[in-house]
Amino acid sequence: MPEPNGPPTATADPAPEYLVRVEHLKKHFPIMRGIVWQRQVGAVKAVDDISFGIRAGETLGVVGESGCGKSTTGRAILQLQPPSSGRVFLDEVELTGLNESALRRVRPRMQMIFQDSYDSLNPRHSVGRIIMEPMVVQGIMEEADRRSRMAELLDLVGLNLNHAVRYPHEFSGGQRQRINIARALALNPDFIVCDEPISALDVSIQAQVVNLFEDLQRKLGLTYLFIAHDLSMVQHISDRVAVMYLGKVMELADRDDLFDDPLHPYTQSLISAVPVPDPKLERNRRRITLQGEVPSPARPPRGCVFHTRCPLAQEICSEQAPEYREVLPEHFVACHFADRKGGSKISV
Amino acid sequence: MSRILTVKNLVTRFYTFDGVVHALNGVSFHLDHGETLAIVGESGSGKSVTMMSLLHLLPMPPARIEEGEAVFEDDDGPIDLLKLSKPERRRVRGGKIGYIFQDALSALNPVMTVGRQVRESIMEHLSLDQKAARERTIQLLEHVGIPGAKSRYGNYPHQFSGGMRQRVMIAVAIACDPKIVIADEPTTALDVTVQAQIIELTKRIQDELGISVIWITHDLGVVAGIADRVLVMYAGSAVEISPVDRLYEHPQHPYTEGLLAALPRVGAKRGKRLASIKGSPPDLQEPPRHCQFAWRCPYNFDRCWASAPPLFEVGEGHYTKCYYDMDQERPR
Repeated sequence: MPEPNGPPTATADPAPEYLVRVEHLKKHFPIMRGIVWQRQVGAVKAVDDISFGIRAGETLGVVGESGCGKSTTGRAILQLQPPSSGRVFLDEVELTGLNESALRRVRPRMQMIFQDSYDSLNPRHSVGRIIMEPMVVQGIMEEADRRSRMAELLDLVGLNLNHAVRYPHEFSGGQRQRINIARALALNPDFIVCDEPISALDVSIQAQVVNLFEDLQRKLGLTYLFIAHDLSMVQHISDRVAVMYLGKVMELADRDDLFDDPLHPYTQSLISAVPVPDPKLERNRRRITLQGEVPSPARPPRGCVFHTRCPLAQEICSEQAPEYREVLPEHFVACHFADRKGGSKISV
Repeated sequence: MSRILTVKNLVTRFYTFDGVVHALNGVSFHLDHGETLAIVGESGSGKSVTMMSLLHLLPMPPARIEEGEAVFEDDDGPIDLLKLSKPERRRVRGGKIGYIFQDALSALNPVMTVGRQVRESIMEHLSLDQKAARERTIQLLEHVGIPGAKSRYGNYPHQFSGGMRQRVMIAVAIACDPKIVIADEPTTALDVTVQAQIIELTKRIQDELGISVIWITHDLGVVAGIADRVLVMYAGSAVEISPVDRLYEHPQHPYTEGLLAALPRVGAKRGKRLASIKGSPPDLQEPPRHCQFAWRCPYNFDRCWASAPPLFEVGEGHYTKCYYDMDQERPR
């Protein structure tokens, strides 16, 4: 069995079961000081040494609070922001280190859907033109074929051909997100990074769009990296879930294992903090309330990045970063005490 | 329990270049002493406009409050908030009714120290001199859980984190011992772990000071945890009012039912589809002539299109604006 967190040599032969593999991915943004003679005085460690794999046809949910690096992870995988170090594979193709033209040839296989459905659509282009643009850029198909493909895509996402001549501002948020999805599907991708695609939508519309994502996955065999901060939605849509904190993956497991038996203290606190829409349950609920807020990723704490807020923190936590390892089958945790039974459980 | 606020038939419209926006179409509700009333609804449903109308916080023009009354039980007799003169409004705002805004960063003055902003409100409403006001400010900041309140008195808003800024907002809102605090999506911009802290803080303060809280939110999870009663808004109308337990167990408006069904459930089976409400909210520029939810409603029938439904009582303290009886599965 391949170990997603193993050293690169261990995974030299590509694991067939993963469509996307991420190995020791890092994305650091330099902090510069000085106007004329700029020098680097530090780095924001937005993503700091993470490894995981995404299986073909599954949805990997990524959750975490703002600044945990979940969006940067998505962008770094797609090479929209080239990683500082580490390797990313799509099937057998290593994306890291590819030059522009080689990257462009792989791009049709991987797409992205953004949170802000309005900002990600050109307001001066008609919807039809927006959806056909990827085909134009890739230089595939004749004009007439593009048009019929566009009509097909509109139908696929629940819009109709009349919408093609309209402009983005004429649509509601939910419809605009459908346009974004149609554009992302234009080139028949295998893998889509969904970066908080439903966060800006109202509850009744969220459900429509989530259902659309699920239908498309079933129909087209898509693989999703689904980034969100809404835990209950991630639980709904994901097959496996990764929890991030300050640029690190704290825990990654099958969604049922993660939500039923979270091993990392941060995952436990996060789940405990989410309000449940049931007044009786809410009243009798004992919450783990974390103290303070997320530290700055420019100056992450030494040792385990979570130790400043962790109710179980010991001396070792502030000295030594815990290893991210497979504690139970297919259940990865970065906590010193996760191996001992109940060792990393917060009691309330 | 005694009433502290009674709002009747509030109608607010916006007169824009594009036409008239019917933001509120006759909203009525009340608030009791010491309770928490949650107002839920989607964007554009009129949650914030309701509260801002009461406190004259809307820019006029384009806004105009056309009808309605809002009786606030002040210490020396009831007053209608909608008929106050300008100086009276200032006395009520911040003094009798505190307001917590969603976006603390834009609600706080960026070029004024946090201490001074809290102090300003105190000096405006309570007759304290500068020194005493400063003392009270520091006490308040400590009370809302700002570590090192004394040394942070002279800090500016940008030096605080999101959660800490929201605590400052709460300090401003409760600075002058208000009767009512209106919390307008106070935790929407915050991360869940910080949201949990702020909710806990608000509950603690409410218990200590015995204030009534109106909590505006779109998150039905938050509502379940904080509210005594819930007001559900849709397209400028209060479509359902109910005690919190009853609303979740037994929603009596198709919109509420749809909203609750659209939430992903904890422990639900893998691959189960979410129920969704088809369509999207109506254009508020159309004057409401019938039930505004009829387009999206699975139960709609001829009467729904003939006139807007009145408020039916369907249980103790439970009201709904719907012609269809969901229990009996037939029109009322």
